[in-house]
Amino acid sequence: MNDVLLSVTDYNIVYEVEQPVHAVRDVNLELARGEILGLAGESGCGKTTLAYGINRLLKPPAVITSGSAVLHDRDGTDIDVNALTSAQLRRYRWDKVSMVFQGAMNALNPVAAIGDQIDDIFTTHRPGMKRAERREESAALLDLIGVGRDRLKSYPHELSGGMRQRVMIAMALALKPQLMIMDEPTTALDVLVQRDILQEISELRRTFGFSVVFITHDLPLLLEISDRIAVMLQGGIVELDSADRIYRHAQHPYTQRLLESFPSLTGERGAFVRSGDGSQSNGGSAA
Amino acid sequence: MSYLGRKLAFYLVALWGALTINFLLPRLLPGDPVEILIQKLAARGPVTPELRDSIALLLGGDSDAPLIVQYADYLRGIVTGDLGVSITYYPQPVLEIIGQALPWTVSLIGIATVLAFLVGIGLGMLAGWKRGSWLDNLVPVTTMFQAVPYFWLALLLLYLFAVVSSVFPVSGGYDYVYASVGWNWDFIQSAVYYGTLPAITIVVSSFGGWLLGMRNMMVSTLSEDYIVTAEAKGLRPTRIMMRYAARNAILPSVAGFAISLGFVVSGSIVTEQVFSYPGIGSTLLQAVNNSDYALMQGVFLVITVAVLGANLIVDLLYGLVDPRTRARS
Amino acid sequence: MTDRRIDPLAGVDGSGASMTVPRRGVEPATSNLAAQPGRRPRGLGERVRGLSPKLVIGLALILVIVLFGVIGPFLVGDPLDIRDIGRTPPSGEFPLGTTQTGQDVLAQLAYATRGSLLIGLVVGVLALLLSVLFGVIGSYIGGWLDESFSLFTNVMLVIPGLPLVIVISSYVAEKSIWVLAVVLAITSWAASARVLRSVTLSLRNRDYVAAARVAGEKSWRIIGVEILPNLVPVLAAQFVLAVIAAILGEAGLSYLGLGASGTFTWGTMLFQAQNGFALTLGAWWWFIPPGVLIAVLGGALSLVNFAIDEVVDPKLRTAKLHRDKKRIKRRLGGTAEGGVIA
Repeated sequence: MNDVLLSVTDYNIVYEVEQPVHAVRDVNLELARGEILGLAGESGCGKTTLAYGINRLLKPPAVITSGSAVLHDRDGTDIDVNALTSAQLRRYRWDKVSMVFQGAMNALNPVAAIGDQIDDIFTTHRPGMKRAERREESAALLDLIGVGRDRLKSYPHELSGGMRQRVMIAMALALKPQLMIMDEPTTALDVLVQRDILQEISELRRTFGFSVVFITHDLPLLLEISDRIAVMLQGGIVELDSADRIYRHAQHPYTQRLLESFPSLTGERGAFVRSGDGSQSNGGSAA
Repeated sequence: MSYLGRKLAFYLVALWGALTINFLLPRLLPGDPVEILIQKLAARGPVTPELRDSIALLLGGDSDAPLIVQYADYLRGIVTGDLGVSITYYPQPVLEIIGQALPWTVSLIGIATVLAFLVGIGLGMLAGWKRGSWLDNLVPVTTMFQAVPYFWLALLLLYLFAVVSSVFPVSGGYDYVYASVGWNWDFIQSAVYYGTLPAITIVVSSFGGWLLGMRNMMVSTLSEDYIVTAEAKGLRPTRIMMRYAARNAILPSVAGFAISLGFVVSGSIVTEQVFSYPGIGSTLLQAVNNSDYALMQGVFLVITVAVLGANLIVDLLYGLVDPRTRARS
Repeated sequence: MTDRRIDPLAGVDGSGASMTVPRRGVEPATSNLAAQPGRRPRGLGERVRGLSPKLVIGLALILVIVLFGVIGPFLVGDPLDIRDIGRTPPSGEFPLGTTQTGQDVLAQLAYATRGSLLIGLVVGVLALLLSVLFGVIGSYIGGWLDESFSLFTNVMLVIPGLPLVIVISSYVAEKSIWVLAVVLAITSWAASARVLRSVTLSLRNRDYVAAARVAGEKSWRIIGVEILPNLVPVLAAQFVLAVIAAILGEAGLSYLGLGASGTFTWGTMLFQAQNGFALTLGAWWWFIPPGVLIAVLGGALSLVNFAIDEVVDPKLRTAKLHRDKKRIKRRLGGTAEGGVIA
């Protein structure tokens, strides 16, 4: 079995507006199985566009102009994402790569019970499942993520922000995908909830062994949970290294600036890294 | 207050408003409807003092009682179902005449409105879903239909399909030579045949509004995050369109039903006149032309109550289709 | 963006003929793509060019009809002249034929156009003033005033307009065109008042309005300087809708024989055509032209309204995106579905 889950090569995405905007340029990336890769950078640097591109969720005028994204499936087949027909693409989505979006408020359908929104996934991807099986599976997911099965019939507006984000994660887990793309999953949440959810994600990763692409502008947060971090600037990856090395020996001046821009209370570099229960106040500045 | 409670309270206030307008209009506006009415009645036979009082109660007049007492008496009369006596159909009570005309209008406008809603929402959904498609580019054309007055479209259709080519009958609600009113097949067949052209008129001139509203709402809804979620989940496009986009986009159309219904009802009154349809609209105009004020006031009241009732039902349905309204209760 | 609840009573768009956009202009267009570097502000010139077809066609049609209504009456003969050539089809002498009493239909149409436009304009202005009073002022001041204005608006909204107009006008025997305009105005302002109210409520909470209030500006000044200018596109759209509604309403009323006495409008022409058995005797040249003019004017006004809507909410544009898509396809041969791929 290959150790690499996803290879992105020479990836370019252009917004074909009157003056074309090169949103992602010449990105090369290899994601290992079970790895958490952080994708950092300021807003507008192309990190979300890149992530959407991997799932082919871009809409015109965004165009993947060149490059490829290949997912090396568990069973040994290679899936060239760009070559999928729309039917294949639908089967590939969520089954191989699921997503957790920023601001779970609007990411959930406001007029459907969350149980039905999880159920949707099974009816589409696992047509053989019986109704009772689907319900049990959905309930188990909600239990697993700490929302509780009694919430199956709840609507999104009846849940807190943290709960909604947990439901999103439960949905993302439904088909046991090999890759989960998380786009600012904790940005809108308060620090304590954020912390819980991050721990949850780490644990789930250990249990199920999926890889994560974690997108955020919050570099300290990434340093904490990622195995490796890619720093993006104006559509290109300027630095890609292990979290530890990025933290201690950032090479690119932009990365250094990013690190410096997060203040620390004690004055020492490194104090901003959140270490569990004591230093919550530092995290607040980044949240 | 619960959603249900607030709705009921609002419609009670609206009903009270309508009753009050109905009470004040004949009293505040110039002219002496009571005298006109009594003169007309006198031509048909002796006017008893009781009848005179009953008319004065409805329409005001030279009563010595202060306005507030008149108002209380008027409300009491309405509650007991006393809407006065028609002079056009003397001595038939107003309530009875309205009872005969109402089923015609309710079935015609009811069916036509539901059809227009379904057609408009369906096409609007598709137009918004495939933005820039041929259907979407036809949207401005369909709103042209809205600019066409109901009655003129009715005239045109009548001219084309009843005068030039006699596909449909020129006027009336059923063929009174061959069918008699009642639950028999001949009558139903005849009523459907006679009702088709008026119904087409109402559908054609009102579906454009639903279409445009739904189309625009679809466009806004499609840029919501939950649509992207649905796509990322790999759901089939039809499912995304129905369960995610349309299910949300339809809400304002349902909520805006009140406004549209008023327009449809207004348009239908004139349409009935064009087709000489034996409904409530024709009755209203007949009353107006004969200065049959009691009948006129009664018809206005019944139309208003019917519209309020329909809106209340739609609002209650809205509570069912949007879980967020339930949550507030 | 948080929970966007829709008050079922709010009717959301509420615009007259239910033909406008829900939530128009209340919220800025947002995109689901977090990073969209391609957006750049559109210049004014570009905007005008982008809108031109709908706006230009709409305005041109309106201009033609207005010119016909303003200048036409001077160029035609007396519309009341009776000749013994009743109900003749269009000919060289009478391009639109004659009525059953031999009156010139074209002459009548010119006067009717003037009458209908006048009514539409007067009612449009009156209805706009009323809707500003009940929609903007109430919601800006807030409190019980807003509550009662809003309740009043909602009650007026659910009471069907035309039956009310019919009842009112049946009590007023001799109606001038002005009385008719007032009657139409007081039964047609409610829908736009509600739209204005919801927009004002959102404007009221903007930071610059709060800033003006903190700075001690007077209420009337804030309404006049900070709020009304931002309402202009919405006001324009509501005015356009009010004019359409007024012309349609007047036509309906006059067709029923309840119109202004002694005035020519499109509705009175249709009323006379109906009474002159134009329909059953096949005198199409008599009843077609007034209706066509109503339809064309209404259509032109809704085109203008479309154009206004698109200024307010760029998302609603159809043609622009269509062109973009085509261009992209042509250039790159990509598929639009499921992400575009070169």
